[in-house]
Amino acid sequence: MSRPMLEIVALEKTFGELKVLRDINLRVATGEMVFVIGPSGSGKSTMLRCCNRLEEPTSGAILIDGKDIVGCSSSALNRMRLEVGMVFQGFHLYPHMTVVANVMLAQIKALKRSKDEARERALAMLDRVGLRHRAETMPTQLSGGQQQRVAIARALALDPKVMLFDEPTSALDPELVGSVLAVMKDLKDSGMTMLVVSHEMGFAREAADRVVFMDGGLVVEEGPPEEIFANPKAERTQAFLSRVRA
Amino acid sequence: MQDFIRLFFNLEVMAQTLPLLMQGLWMTVKLCAAVIALGLVGGLFLALGALSHRRWLRWPAFAVIDFLRALPPLVLLIFIYSGLPFAGLAISPFAAVAVAFFLNNSAYYAEIYRAGIQSVPAGQTEAARACGLTTGQTLAHVVLPQAVRNVLPDLLSNTVEVVKLTSLASVVSLAELLYSANMARSLTYNASPLVLAALVYLLLLWPLVRLVSRYQRRLAA
Repeated sequence: MSRPMLEIVALEKTFGELKVLRDINLRVATGEMVFVIGPSGSGKSTMLRCCNRLEEPTSGAILIDGKDIVGCSSSALNRMRLEVGMVFQGFHLYPHMTVVANVMLAQIKALKRSKDEARERALAMLDRVGLRHRAETMPTQLSGGQQQRVAIARALALDPKVMLFDEPTSALDPELVGSVLAVMKDLKDSGMTMLVVSHEMGFAREAADRVVFMDGGLVVEEGPPEEIFANPKAERTQAFLSRVRA
Repeated sequence: MQDFIRLFFNLEVMAQTLPLLMQGLWMTVKLCAAVIALGLVGGLFLALGALSHRRWLRWPAFAVIDFLRALPPLVLLIFIYSGLPFAGLAISPFAAVAVAFFLNNSAYYAEIYRAGIQSVPAGQTEAARACGLTTGQTLAHVVLPQAVRNVLPDLLSNTVEVVKLTSLASVVSLAELLYSANMARSLTYNASPLVLAALVYLLLLWPLVRLVSRYQRRLAA
């Protein structure tokens, strides 16, 4: 493997006495889509949130394109966060702004783009997720699936090198999941590096390059999706997959 | 009955004292502008202090807010106007009232801001920070606009209280609306100027009170 776009080295996270992550090591190559699965409480979301320091790691290093995000100053952190896009389970669009303003805000304030430039870029990104025609609506007028696609456009507008997805379809009605997954698939096909925490096993099987199974704050097993799903080696993986399928 | 009208609703006296009352009203307006503007700014800083995760900021902010909310505003005013000169700090009536009520109202505005900021889901801050916005940018563009919208009725309601509070300034001989009306009363030996002042307060505040009710109903819906 050439230098990975995202590399997690010996990551640990404790909340008081509770060890949520113990020695996580993970590499995501440029253009790779890695799926993280595991039971709730396994630490997968915490690991993801450490990658842009929404959660402060207790120890370890996280390299984004070779630069460590863990030790850096707060101003350097703000710059590095521009390289790491994040999509949340709950969308978290700004409800007091139009859709296009949502996608423009960080471009103007953090990237210092001009209003015109930011608007042009925002409309292009909304076009990419199929929502250019909703640019002037307020987020609450949109369906959950549409809101999540706007959230993806908001992250993409900053030209990130890596995209993190924290259960992006878990809050959606089943019939709306497909549109979000289609956007993610399109992103992957365009070469985006993606780390995805999700329970969409079917999508993982179809689109992921690699699947990582986490449990108890550890990476238990990782491999190509067909191998993990058809032939899990670890007992805990087998138990989890049989529970999910049942 | 005729005496009643002559003493309380004497149009002639009202017309005669109207210029004096208008001068008083102008002073009330200036006072409100100062106290409301200062209070809104001071309250925001107190609220941010109270919500800080730094203990050395949070605890003093809470102490100041509690102290100012527990202290009667009139006590504060008289202390500043009549007490501080003993320490060689003599200030004008206007400055004394402005400072006293600014302090008092900062605490109330702070509590309202605090509730507003806490009503904005944590996910909003996380989304903004994840997009590379600084703490200040997140506050200014994402959190505060939502926070203020959520507590707008309370902010307005407190502002109505500020306007009413300024009538206490008459105690330190500041010629605002009530003081002017009372002076007119003693000059004309007639209560009509006081009735007129009450009407002016009503005219000024009633639309605001209606507005608050409408907002509250809309937010409840």
